[in-house]
Amino acid sequence: MIRVRDLKKVYKTRFGENLVFEDVSFDLAMGERLGILGRNGAGKSTLVRLISGAERPTAGTIESDISISWPLAFSGAFQHQLTGADNVRFISRIYSQDFERNLAFVEEFAELGPYLREPVLTYSSGMRARLAFAISMIIEFDCFLIDEISAVGDARFHDRCNFELFEKRADRAMIIISHDAAYVRDHCNRWGVLHDSKLVQYDDFEVAYADFKELIGWKPPPGWPQIQVSTA
Amino acid sequence: MATAPSSGAPAPRPPLWPALRIQLRVVDALLRREMLTRYGRHNIGFLWLFVEPMIFTIGVTILWTATKSVHGSDLPIAAFALTGYSSVLLWRNMPGRCIGALQNNLALMYHRNIQVFDIYIARLLLEFGGATISFAALTVLFISIEWMEPPEDFLKVALGWILITWFGSALAIGLGALSHMSELVDKLWHPASYLLFPLSGAAFIVAALPQFAQDIVLWIPTVHGIEFVREGFFGSRARATYDLGYLIPFNMVLTLIALIALRYVSRRVVPG
Repeated sequence: MIRVRDLKKVYKTRFGENLVFEDVSFDLAMGERLGILGRNGAGKSTLVRLISGAERPTAGTIESDISISWPLAFSGAFQHQLTGADNVRFISRIYSQDFERNLAFVEEFAELGPYLREPVLTYSSGMRARLAFAISMIIEFDCFLIDEISAVGDARFHDRCNFELFEKRADRAMIIISHDAAYVRDHCNRWGVLHDSKLVQYDDFEVAYADFKELIGWKPPPGWPQIQVSTA
Repeated sequence: MATAPSSGAPAPRPPLWPALRIQLRVVDALLRREMLTRYGRHNIGFLWLFVEPMIFTIGVTILWTATKSVHGSDLPIAAFALTGYSSVLLWRNMPGRCIGALQNNLALMYHRNIQVFDIYIARLLLEFGGATISFAALTVLFISIEWMEPPEDFLKVALGWILITWFGSALAIGLGALSHMSELVDKLWHPASYLLFPLSGAAFIVAALPQFAQDIVLWIPTVHGIEFVREGFFGSRARATYDLGYLIPFNMVLTLIALIALRYVSRRVVPG
């Protein structure tokens, strides 16, 4: 269980203090998947960084008795001069994991072929995404933080990611950020809208999405088909 | 806290011993990553770690020998250059490696096992290792070709070396942390380190200076460390002037300031 209470984050900028959000409170139990909607700059990624423990809140607390992942498919942690295999080795060491087993998994999942032993800087963005996701899967966290994973990779990669996350790891807790409303709808069982430094929570996606669309001022253009959400 | 062996991040505050084991593992991993990144697997690979400082030291030794550099003592120039320049490499490269180190590794902050301190420690260990191996290897080489005698008091050399390492490490962590707050640190360190080099005690012995100059250079902590190392090497011939009662408190205060800066930065770091 993760308990978030009265979370507040303020960044100091040259033009004064910028309040990202405040009074954010929620509990997240195993098996619960919270999807967060919000426009660009609403603070979604900041919230995920705070929960991952990478950054401290200005006020409020995050208590957790389960292990929490880094933001998933996040590729920034790679050392780009090193090979994919070296990066797997590094992560395995940091988390005290069996390197050979992990390498075998990454080899199978990321489908990089001989490039697994080439420097990451020679990879295409799709290859980087595959490596990043595969590395994220080698550590069995209790809670996964997923920040815009649907933005990268092809359909086959998406299917494989979805299988790994939502079928093999259906019992885990997750927090999912995406601009793809259908993705959030299909894979979450709770929702939140982050807007104007407040997080409003919903048990029903359609209500959350209707509020969200109103908040961002989205109006259907003339001739827009009369369906609630597109299944992209 | 999940107890399955394959589970990921630990609870925020584990007890001391497991925490220490995690930290050792993390530093070890960072060290290997840094070595691979810096030296790769090409040509002589990680041997560059100490071959590079050796080339520097040999170069300076040759230069000073060729120009019959005046240093004001009857010590052999080779031995003088070796002790002096090796010490410079030690205290000067440590801050050089730590300034901006956090900025380049911000993404690592997403792994909750890794702390800012670990990044600095890994780099400091690497610099210490490189400078020490270079110093030791060249000492053995110079002794074997009879450019110098074996050190008179090995323990004294080791203690002096450790004191310079302490100074360099505290300076490096302090400047490294400050460099994350202001880029001025990076800009000013280059001229500062360049100007400190001739004053650091590497290129002179204190006893050869006029009194007013002695009074000035003895404010510089590295002077005491190098003089101490030279006394360990050459005994009374070094005519060493030093005051550990100045160097050690200086190091302690510097360490305190460095740790305060480190704590300040660690609490505010925003991973990239």
